[in-house]
Amino acid sequence: MKIKTKPYGEIEVSERQRIIFPEGIIGFENIHQYFLIDSREGPFYWLQAEEEPDLAFLLVNPRIFIENYKLMVDKEDIKSIGVEHKKEMLDFAIVTVPEDPAKISANLMGPIIINKKTRVGKQVISKNNNYTVKHYILEEMKKTKEKLVESR
Amino acid sequence: MLVLTRKVNESIMIGDDIEITVVEIKGDHVKLGITAPRNISIHRKEVYLAIQKENIIASRADIGKLSEIKDIIDRKEDKK
Repeated sequence: MKIKTKPYGEIEVSERQRIIFPEGIIGFENIHQYFLIDSREGPFYWLQAEEEPDLAFLLVNPRIFIENYKLMVDKEDIKSIGVEHKKEMLDFAIVTVPEDPAKISANLMGPIIINKKTRVGKQVISKNNNYTVKHYILEEMKKTKEKLVESR
Repeated sequence: MLVLTRKVNESIMIGDDIEITVVEIKGDHVKLGITAPRNISIHRKEVYLAIQKENIIASRADIGKLSEIKDIIDRKEDKK
């Protein structure tokens, strides 16, 4: 099927890419149907709202820039998307792209979790108090790299 | 807004199954205990608002900048 997307205009997607957010995303509670699309620009994904071509969130797997990323979420949140174990789900952080691209950041305080099988998703609130809404991806990559050098 | 006065160890009930107890008062800090069903999510308001605000900023992502980011990341990967 074809849908209109914010980053790439009209593109072909598969029903398998559909992700349902029964509670929406915080601040966008009325929008429930999204498609998960590979980004053509680096290690990202787009979460494109089906009904609103102008609404799309850029997602990233935090493990690509934080070496020891630990997803800590409430068991009840995991259960609410029908998952028993973390292995059965995908998790992402929403990315903010500002004017200055070097300041690209990821929100680790409000991760997105998705049930791999049923493709039901939810934005949850991290239980890890070290995580904030703004982690600068390029700076974190640099830190991770420095640590690697030190440990050699 | 309904305003109630409570002392330490006194509670209020919201519906049949949510209870909020004043556990401790120290200066301008009030410690609250909350008993609620597991499916009710409870968060500090500022955390919720911070996420909401960041989501709204994120939804306005400058797509044009993304190819620049790809270049920056690619360069970093090359250096490794």
